[in-house]
Amino acid sequence: MNTLIAIIGLGVLCLLFEIFNLRKAIVPITILGLLGVLGLTISEFNSTESYYNNMIVVSKFSSTFSSLFIVLTIFLVALGHNFYENHQSKISDYIAIKIFLLAGAVAMVSFGNLAMFFLGIEVLSIALYILAASDRMNLKSNEAGMKYFLMGSFASGIILFGICLIYGAMGSFDVTEISELSQSAELPVWFPIGIVLVTIGMLFKVAAVPFHFWAPDVYEGSPALTTALMSTLAKVVAMASLYKLLSVMNADVSESFKMVVVIIAMASMTVGNIMALRQTNVKRMLAFSGVSHAGFMLMTLLSLSTSAGSLLYYASAYSLSGIAAFSVILYVCKNRDNEDIVNFHGLGKTNPLLAAILTAALLSMAGIPIFAGFFAKLVLFSQTIQAGYLALVIVAVVNSIISVGYYFKLILAMYTKEPNEERKGTPVIIYAVAVIAIVLNIALGLFPSLVLDLLA
Amino acid sequence: MNNILNHIGIENYIFLSVILFCIGVFGVLYRRNAIIVFMSIEIMLNAVNLLFVAFSTYHQDAQGQVFVFFSMAVAAAEVAVGLAILVSIFRNLGSITIDNLKNLKG
Repeated sequence: MNTLIAIIGLGVLCLLFEIFNLRKAIVPITILGLLGVLGLTISEFNSTESYYNNMIVVSKFSSTFSSLFIVLTIFLVALGHNFYENHQSKISDYIAIKIFLLAGAVAMVSFGNLAMFFLGIEVLSIALYILAASDRMNLKSNEAGMKYFLMGSFASGIILFGICLIYGAMGSFDVTEISELSQSAELPVWFPIGIVLVTIGMLFKVAAVPFHFWAPDVYEGSPALTTALMSTLAKVVAMASLYKLLSVMNADVSESFKMVVVIIAMASMTVGNIMALRQTNVKRMLAFSGVSHAGFMLMTLLSLSTSAGSLLYYASAYSLSGIAAFSVILYVCKNRDNEDIVNFHGLGKTNPLLAAILTAALLSMAGIPIFAGFFAKLVLFSQTIQAGYLALVIVAVVNSIISVGYYFKLILAMYTKEPNEERKGTPVIIYAVAVIAIVLNIALGLFPSLVLDLLA
Repeated sequence: MNNILNHIGIENYIFLSVILFCIGVFGVLYRRNAIIVFMSIEIMLNAVNLLFVAFSTYHQDAQGQVFVFFSMAVAAAEVAVGLAILVSIFRNLGSITIDNLKNLKG
């Protein structure tokens, strides 16, 4: 609870900086503030408390995921210092919107009442619509914002309808009451329909097949930093809250529901990877790679009671490598109007450090050992085999092999092609973010128990 | 209040809301004018609000009615952002037909 209040206070403070003309100091102060909030969250790690008539329930699950979101936001705010260089007059708006987005994200994992869940998802989505369309003069960004807005509000409508049917069946929005009532035998038919509608809405937000069609367009058109935010923070948040929601509703008792999850997971991985193979725009490629990673993360929904730890581990491995990869993309594609793979030619010669970091991030996403991505997949697969879904794991392994194909396309372009032009300037902050993110990723890979035991 | 609900039956409220919701969904899918698409989204949300109020009376519980206030506030915020995006599209493109938005493909 204190986390949420502190984050919102920080967001208001960011807006006030604009009035006091402190735009230069806004990024460092926000990062310091977020570090303070992170400390506050970690200090509440072992407490389980509920606030305001169960509106917010702080548990181990919520505080670990909140810490992950805060860490990701720190990276994204730090990258903003360089990215918004030419928009100094609006920087406090951009940073404040990101902080409010974080508040929505924290509300989405620590809700104790479906009203709080709905408000959290709306705060997050509305902030993202603004960020997607934030490059006002650029028609591509406008189009991305419009598409994301239409898809997002459509999905919100479906989620709202689902919540309404669940309320009709249970007579309450409180998740503990719903959880108790859902174990009784006699339930109106509205309850399962409600769960299905909410799940469909959330699958829109995580961009799983067949609800993924908006993702590549929106990722390509949005400003690069917003794409980074969508593919790391927003995806992880949606996945974590879908997990929490379904485990609260005891959705995993039904065999047919599990069958649907298996099919959606298989379809997401396969379609995402095969479509990614033929992309030449790096942002589109990472969008489809995100679709396939959503498929992997959906595997955790098959064993809801035990897989919270592996979801956290997979989410942190994926999002940290995503941050490292996107910080290199931000450096390479600064002041260019597209993110074509041609821009990466010869990066291994002109800038060996960033090329190595991008290689490491892509290898982690592909699941090569010593990086966290490998152990995340390992834990996930062994858990899914124990739950008895061998066929799904076989499809997943085949897909990991396919994914190596397009990740190596980018790596080869960096090391074997000739550089087409010199790049000047060494933005220290991008280097710092990239190095810290990849070091954290490798540290997670070397000591997986650090994260896995948190939610065991 | 409960008397009326006994006469009409909660099922009919659900049918009405589902029909309104589907009208909204088809509006989003088939209309090409952005303003009408926004209106269709509002119809979807308001169909749900109607059902919230009906369920609230059905359960004799005020929570559903309170939720309607939240969802109305959220819908207003959402449409404000949507209209702002639409204005910037109109400035760049001079039209609000969704079919004209096809720069992003691959």
